[in-house]
Amino acid sequence: MISHRPHLLPTLSRRGLLTGLAALPVSLRAFAAEAETLTFDGLYKSFGVLGFQFSDRATFLRGKPVRMLGYMAPPLKPESHFFVLTREPLAICPFCQSDADWPVDIVVVFMRAATPMVSAGQKVAVSGRLEIGSATDAETGFVSQIRLVDAGFHSV
Amino acid sequence: MQKRTWLMAAAMLASVAPSAAQTIYPLNRAEILEGSRFDFKVEFPNAPTSADVKVTINGKPVNEAFGREAQFVQNEEGQKHSALWLRGAQLPAGQYAIEATQGSEKATVNWTVYATEARKAKNVILFVGDGLSVAHRTAARILSKGWEQGLYGGELAIDDMPNMALISTSGTDSIVTDSANSASAYTTGHKSCVNALGIYCAKNALTLDHPKVETISEVIKRKRAGMAIGVVTNSEIEDATPAAMVAHTRRRSDFNDIVKMFFDVQPDVIMGGGSPNFLPKSTPGTKRTDDLDFIAKFKEAGYALATTKTEMNAAVAGGSKKLLGLYNTSNIDGAFDLRLAKKGSISKFPDQPDVVEQTKAALEMLKGAQDGFFLMVESARIDKYSHSLDWERAVFDTIMLDNAVKAAKDFAGDRNDTLIIVVPDHAHPISIIGTYDDDRPGQLLRDKLGTYNESLPPNYGPRDADGYPTKLDTSRRLAVAFGSYPDTCDTGRPYLDGERVPAVKGPDGKTNIANEKDCTGPLATRKQGNLPFDANSGVHAADDVLLTAMGPGAERFRGHKPNTFVFRVMAEALALGGK
Repeated sequence: MISHRPHLLPTLSRRGLLTGLAALPVSLRAFAAEAETLTFDGLYKSFGVLGFQFSDRATFLRGKPVRMLGYMAPPLKPESHFFVLTREPLAICPFCQSDADWPVDIVVVFMRAATPMVSAGQKVAVSGRLEIGSATDAETGFVSQIRLVDAGFHSV
Repeated sequence: MQKRTWLMAAAMLASVAPSAAQTIYPLNRAEILEGSRFDFKVEFPNAPTSADVKVTINGKPVNEAFGREAQFVQNEEGQKHSALWLRGAQLPAGQYAIEATQGSEKATVNWTVYATEARKAKNVILFVGDGLSVAHRTAARILSKGWEQGLYGGELAIDDMPNMALISTSGTDSIVTDSANSASAYTTGHKSCVNALGIYCAKNALTLDHPKVETISEVIKRKRAGMAIGVVTNSEIEDATPAAMVAHTRRRSDFNDIVKMFFDVQPDVIMGGGSPNFLPKSTPGTKRTDDLDFIAKFKEAGYALATTKTEMNAAVAGGSKKLLGLYNTSNIDGAFDLRLAKKGSISKFPDQPDVVEQTKAALEMLKGAQDGFFLMVESARIDKYSHSLDWERAVFDTIMLDNAVKAAKDFAGDRNDTLIIVVPDHAHPISIIGTYDDDRPGQLLRDKLGTYNESLPPNYGPRDADGYPTKLDTSRRLAVAFGSYPDTCDTGRPYLDGERVPAVKGPDGKTNIANEKDCTGPLATRKQGNLPFDANSGVHAADDVLLTAMGPGAERFRGHKPNTFVFRVMAEALALGGK
């Protein structure tokens, strides 16, 4: 079963663990406890060639704390303040070289501070505040439509 | 330690030794269509000044040979080389020797610029079977025509064409190439390198700045006002093969730029998957990083828009001559999922056309063009399913390609004005080695393998009207072996629950390991990979591929040819040479 308490992987290096602990918001435990669960299937009510429509539930949860289960896509750096959460583990992608190859229904996760990443393809539970609508990350130029911000994660 | 010291010494030696000579683009032995445009570039190592270098074309200064002034850039992009550029150059037919002198170093390349004679074909239809190898073709014939006592029950549409050639697919940088580079050879007549489209791979840092060569779509749009162009695929429309019709980039994954290039060239009929790169960044589901709305732009430019098969057919029935058809956010599902397994993205996109339906719709829209048409049709997922070692899906898409070719042959009929070419862009290492028979004694997959006279014919279910078997998971099945694979488990059965995933990321995040999902069935066999540990799927092969062709100009195909020759035959058939 999935623990409701966010924690970091025990395999982290000592330095990484300390950094990670420092990054944990004090109220995260309480935050996670009240978080509503949102699933990849529940993000959109229509999923068409000309774009998607967010589900009523996603729209309702906008700005609120939510929990999501997904897979960590291959991170750009071993330690980062963001990563991409995917519905399925990214396994087949012979020419994956850029964000052009991401699946369309990704969720971008922004941590409160730079955090050591777990290995790519790892199933993770993420808690954070839901943001929807187009936004461009100032540091990387990464454009996202749906995000979990001020987030923490643990592997499951 | 000793090895490391040696490497460091070698690196130091390299930095003081004379560096590589100057590089001239187009490269040596280029064959260039008369009047087609290309970027001329010479790179000089060690960043000399213009006074230190000299370039001549058949003994004449560059400016005189091209009738235009070339630009010299010292320390291009701050790098340690200088460059002489002349973008959009053209030359009359003839033999050219280009010499670039820098101090005591001289580099020479030779080009052939060829003219074309009288036009032979009104229309050209180029079918690209992505990754289509000989075994795919043989398996497609067994599955769709049947086999009995050494003879097939019939010929494929691609078999029954009068001309044939063996095509080599190498690029400038590798014996084994990828789809971008190999499709680019067909659409430009120039060799290029892995991941590149419509360019020569120079030292430029920006992917869009490399020396460009004109595509056949651009030549036609520039010279033939009454001629129409169609691009049809079941991959994302920005993917390598369709992109080769319009794109100039060092990096095939520049999808957002490639959509803009489609808009710049404006082929009349554009159909495939990959809609997210057309949507402005404010739209949920987009992959664009800017506010450009290419759906709106194409509509403003007079295109009908279709997002389903129903809308495609309505556009055809309504007399549309310009169509943007985008049927999936990703690749369109292949024939195996559309017909049998109903997996992939069928639940999300239940009304997608297959390649045959797309081809028929495209022909209907293009056939009225006053000065003929050029149509490229790709069956893209033969390659993608071969990467995932899912041969049944790859062979179903081979049958689909064949049915699309049949539709084109029906269109061409006996009018004798349409050149049809069917060509793979590269091979996969795939072979049929016998049949698996569940009634053979033993518990292991290899016990079930009958080879030579012990391989009883497969007992697939009856074929439907389009030549696809209606049941594949039977007791006697083709045994198909791939020559390249990661660590994987082979079930010896079709993957009815969705496309095969041969390997997944291991705990270290780098090495790929067998997908355990496939390791537990009754005959499941663990196979140790023969590819590097970071591989997660099969790789392409350097093997030559088979081209078949018919119609005016097709007689040029015989023996063994480089892939760039395909462009030459099409350009000659359409008489695209000259100013």
